[in-house]
Amino acid sequence: MASLIAGGVDCDVHPAVPHLTSLLPYLNDYWRDQVTTRGMVDLISQSYPQNSPITARPDWRPGSGKPGESLADMQRHVLDPFQLSHAICNPLYGVQMVFSEDLQAAFCRALNQWLAKEWLDRDPRLRGSIVIPTQSIEKAVAEIERCATDRRFVQVLMLVMGDTPLGKRALWPIYAAAERLELAIGVHAGSAYHNPPTAVGWGSYHIEDYVGQAQAFQTQLTSLIVEGVFAKYPRLKMVMLESGVSWISPYLWRLHKFWRGVRMETPWVDRAPLEIVRSNIRFSLQPFDAPPNEATLIRLFDHMQSDELVLFSTDYPHWQFDGQDALPAGLTPDLVRKIMIDNSHATYPRLK
Amino acid sequence: MNIQFRENSEAASPLTVKTAIADCDIHPARATRTELYPYLAKRWQHHLEIYGVHAYQGMMEGPPYPKAQPNASRRDAYPPEGGPQGSSLSFMQKQLLDPNNVQLGVLNPLNTGQGIRNHELSAALCSAINDWQIDKWTSKDKRLKGSIVVGNEDGLSAAAEIRERAGDKNFVQVLLLSRNVEPLGQRRYWPIYQAAEEAGLPVGVHAFGFGGNPITPSGWPSYYIEEMVGHSQCQQSALASLVLEGVFERFPKLKMVMIEAGFGWAPSLAWRLDKVWQRLRSEVPHVKRPPSEYIREQVWWTTQPMEDPERREDLFDVIKWIGWDRLLFATDYPHWDYDEPSRVLPAGVGEDDREAFYLGNAKKLYGIS
Repeated sequence: MASLIAGGVDCDVHPAVPHLTSLLPYLNDYWRDQVTTRGMVDLISQSYPQNSPITARPDWRPGSGKPGESLADMQRHVLDPFQLSHAICNPLYGVQMVFSEDLQAAFCRALNQWLAKEWLDRDPRLRGSIVIPTQSIEKAVAEIERCATDRRFVQVLMLVMGDTPLGKRALWPIYAAAERLELAIGVHAGSAYHNPPTAVGWGSYHIEDYVGQAQAFQTQLTSLIVEGVFAKYPRLKMVMLESGVSWISPYLWRLHKFWRGVRMETPWVDRAPLEIVRSNIRFSLQPFDAPPNEATLIRLFDHMQSDELVLFSTDYPHWQFDGQDALPAGLTPDLVRKIMIDNSHATYPRLK
Repeated sequence: MNIQFRENSEAASPLTVKTAIADCDIHPARATRTELYPYLAKRWQHHLEIYGVHAYQGMMEGPPYPKAQPNASRRDAYPPEGGPQGSSLSFMQKQLLDPNNVQLGVLNPLNTGQGIRNHELSAALCSAINDWQIDKWTSKDKRLKGSIVVGNEDGLSAAAEIRERAGDKNFVQVLLLSRNVEPLGQRRYWPIYQAAEEAGLPVGVHAFGFGGNPITPSGWPSYYIEEMVGHSQCQQSALASLVLEGVFERFPKLKMVMIEAGFGWAPSLAWRLDKVWQRLRSEVPHVKRPPSEYIREQVWWTTQPMEDPERREDLFDVIKWIGWDRLLFATDYPHWDYDEPSRVLPAGVGEDDREAFYLGNAKKLYGIS
């Protein structure tokens, strides 16, 4: 494995909401009453069942409670040993699954307030992502604007499997706000389960959903690029979180070929998809979905023809690697520095 | 593709028309709307006239994502005697088979009886299209071989159609499409795999189809290019389903061909499956071996549309990871994104690999001597 360096940015860690009741202090009287009188249950997504092996590394799994719910554990497991300068918190609490825009907006606001108070206030290395109620674009933008006054929020968080493809024009006010406020858009693995989790319908298994995340990222990149998001918002950065990386180049070779063939359909796409990705899209390192051999890794990174695409992540507390082996073997020291430090700072202006 | 865009590429391959090739994805079309009627019972002719075909999508004719060209086909492929592209054997011989020295051409009829909500009609149309393949194509040109088209959503009637055609040398595979009501590994489709395995026929899974599901896991996209690029994601999910439901474990002699959905994604999908399977295998105990092993042993890929890296040699890494013995050359004639045989492989490929890629793998898989 390549050697870690101090001062890195971990762009994908997951603080867990212990229970829906943990958000009660951040809800107003009406919503607090709704949660209790209607007997609402904890919002745990099928994407990450609590005891699934991918949801927490065995040695990162607490004796009780949810993996990732303790700041002390996060400090002990990643912030300290990886000598991180920053870690970006991406809460995966299942607020995206509810359909009511009012309820979702209340939950998102509470979740963001909870993150600021219970995590960001308690460790200066932590940065936050703004979870938004995508059932209402208006409310989503309002939540972005509300949180953005706190510079510790560096990103807006969306799920890779939502209600509509991410390039759809209805979502653009979110991107306009993010670009204006110097926030990246983080697109994280996971589904709202408002659509079947594969493009060919509902599979049977948790493992199938997880494998399918990579295909979901691919269709989202196509949507974002061909709808013209980056022609309209050229300074917008989007980060694919927990996306996998080994599919990127072959996927782009295909997209590029079809773009050349049928670009008359989307004439506003004024740059080649490969160029758009190199300037506007980034990918988190974990899960590194390639065989653990140096020769393959060297070829994969060479295919990308860019050393700026990948950002360091541990995906804490998900189980993607063991020990300190977050960096796959074969990365040069220059590339390690780009991945661990430079690329993240170039992506997240608010880290400064 | 029939739009010239390889101006920056290195020299075209030294392949000449003298080298025999297999074309593993040719799309034969009907010349007229009623060309199948002689193969359909009166009841179904009547049904088609009154009610038409109700697929798992809303349009009575054509797809909801308008193609880039009429019938998604080359503008130079209209037969001189009239009719849509791909509907004339003599013109196909003149434009595709003879000049490219196609020794084996595998027919994959589209817009047949698949993806139709009325499963009885689906079975009748599929049976008709199979008879039509023999009468119009394979009995008239021995280079051409048919695919047994089956009513995909009714596994039992599909299996019956396969058993009826088993042993008929006009056919070399069973044909499914990638998009169905459920992912292809689901049990409703198992009778198809069982019958194909018994008949010793590979199952080809061609991109496209209608299953009623949004074609991304985030709903319906806007553009034809998204549908086209998205075929590879549909195919990946279909293949993942086949592996994870244990289809390859249960039917170890089953061979599957991924048709027209690219192949560049194959190594990444296999690596991802292996990595996740290491973690989550207790959920799928019926998957007994690393997923990549099933894929390596039981899956083939047709080449068109070849992924097109800026540095074309990058594709060789991917082919090496898949195996030169697993690729089957295809043009997709008469569709617009046709890959021209003489320009597909850049220089620098060994003779054995080149021969396997263009002809040998296909002859071996399809049992053609």
